[in-house]
Amino acid sequence: MAETMTTAIPDFTLPPRVDQVGIEERAARFTKRSIKKETKVNGLLLALNMIDLTTLEGKDSEGKVKQMCYKAMHLLDAYPGLPTVAAVCVYPSMVKTAKKAVEGSGIKVASVATGFPSGQVPRDVKIRDTKFAVAQGADEVDMVISRGKFLEGEYNYVFDEIATIKEACGDARLKVILETGELVTFDKVRKASDIAMHAGADFIKTSTGKVTPAATMPVTLVMLEAIRDFYYKTGKMIGMKPAGGISKAKLALHYLVMLNEILGEAWMNNHWFRFGASSLANDVLMQLMKEKTGVYQGKDYFSLD
Amino acid sequence: MAEATIKKPIAKIEKAQSNGAPKKRLEILKTYKIYIGGKFPRTESGRYYSPENSSQEKLANVCLSSRKDFREAVVAARNAQGDWGSRAAFNRGQILYRIAEMLEGRKAQFIDELIKQDATREEAENEVLLSIDRLIYYAGWCDKFQQLYSTVNPVASSHFNFSVPEPTGVVSIIAPQSTSLLGLVSVIAPVIAGGNTCVVLASFTRPLCAVTFAEVLNSSDVPGGVINILTGKVSDLASYFADHMDVNAFVFCEKDADTQKMIQEKASLNLKRVVLYNKINWLTENGQSPYFIMDTQEIKTTWHPIENIGGAKAGY
Repeated sequence: MAETMTTAIPDFTLPPRVDQVGIEERAARFTKRSIKKETKVNGLLLALNMIDLTTLEGKDSEGKVKQMCYKAMHLLDAYPGLPTVAAVCVYPSMVKTAKKAVEGSGIKVASVATGFPSGQVPRDVKIRDTKFAVAQGADEVDMVISRGKFLEGEYNYVFDEIATIKEACGDARLKVILETGELVTFDKVRKASDIAMHAGADFIKTSTGKVTPAATMPVTLVMLEAIRDFYYKTGKMIGMKPAGGISKAKLALHYLVMLNEILGEAWMNNHWFRFGASSLANDVLMQLMKEKTGVYQGKDYFSLD
Repeated sequence: MAEATIKKPIAKIEKAQSNGAPKKRLEILKTYKIYIGGKFPRTESGRYYSPENSSQEKLANVCLSSRKDFREAVVAARNAQGDWGSRAAFNRGQILYRIAEMLEGRKAQFIDELIKQDATREEAENEVLLSIDRLIYYAGWCDKFQQLYSTVNPVASSHFNFSVPEPTGVVSIIAPQSTSLLGLVSVIAPVIAGGNTCVVLASFTRPLCAVTFAEVLNSSDVPGGVINILTGKVSDLASYFADHMDVNAFVFCEKDADTQKMIQEKASLNLKRVVLYNKINWLTENGQSPYFIMDTQEIKTTWHPIENIGGAKAGY
């Protein structure tokens, strides 16, 4: 197997060929599956366990972050045996607070870095930003790529940038945010995915959540296929994180169906797949309570954050 | 009778084109759909029923709504509640008045539908006119009932203490099953006049006017989601209307004691307010009252600290 695999970096100037109509049709078909009863409950529990509970606001304070971390650990105490979320995702300045708040719970702390969300800062600032987050205790770093450079065709610049940040991360896992809403076409998304994976990304992530459209099923499908092809070529597994705009439990289940069919069971855990979301958790909890009690739930009975 | 109204335009066409154009045209039948969030979807369940009038004439194919339609309707009602409840009471009055105006303009259609559903012409005309007047009645009450039911309360400290009615939130309603239009209007109007949003189940045997009324609502500045109308069976839906945790009050208009008991029990889950109207004759003056508005209001009391101005005591 090893002989046939190659880690040679492909020529990124060659145009990738993504069949837009095919991708959209296929993605639409994943939403037609009917998932009920036990399967639904198991799916929801898995989805809950894959969430990166996120707060990335200018107004974030230590209090807000502590509150969110508490929520991450105690999603719904009235429902015994619930898993926790996978991680909390905060700005670098809040990593220390978050790290202390989730200590001993097994929840990871992810930090955005590299001038999130625009990435429009000099490279040395990006490196310092990353090193600061890691020094503060971040287990995972979510970086943004330079979309401007990418759209100008400066693929080497983007590649080098990702590789440099990967180095700055040390042991922390690196998630590379492509910001697909700014890349516009599936061809560009595919190309950016390939660049990120070859440059050393541990995860590829759709969006910052600050740009519309954020994660959609078709764009996630393009990225999942890129991961699959990269795996066949190199034998290396890469994680996937759709982020932004996934706020309903049903949609989360559609994503899990897609994940299972494109990448298979090895990826069906929070080591290889995450949802970047803030309001998804409550909707999943409401659906779980509905399945448990048989009664439709109202959001007055669930904690805000 | 319905045919009579469409014969005239045909005659005109015949006159206009006496060059061999088809003289008999196929009637276009209306699809009676449900009304959720300002849109007219078909039921998610895909189920239908065909109510008949007393001469075994099929009225239409009507949606047999499922609990999921109800769930969607509650989401729409909840989303609409904040805006509707915080609008100026005067504006709600304007919109209720507008519904009445639109209904006035479509009187003939409602009279036709009522006759189709076993009413005599006289009864039908009476019911439609009464429905319009009832909307005007509640339009007037929109910005007045608060003053009647508010109080300034005497307290023994430097506080201005007052109690005012506020909308309770999302209200689920099972409309009177024996009337097609008047009962529906009589239970919806007081609920929305008070700033609530609602999900209404129309009469099972006489559903036509409810759907046509939704078309009236759709063209009268009522924001989508404020009124959602479903058609279907009471026995299918009553328990979900009663136990949904995101519904704040339930209006039930039937005499069935078993169902009433079930509703009271299930509604206790989230302390839902249950309002039973089982003895009201909607055709009389007793069918309208500002007390109907108060049935879905909550009294909120505010303590506002005041200064002891000019040495005067805050005394009552």
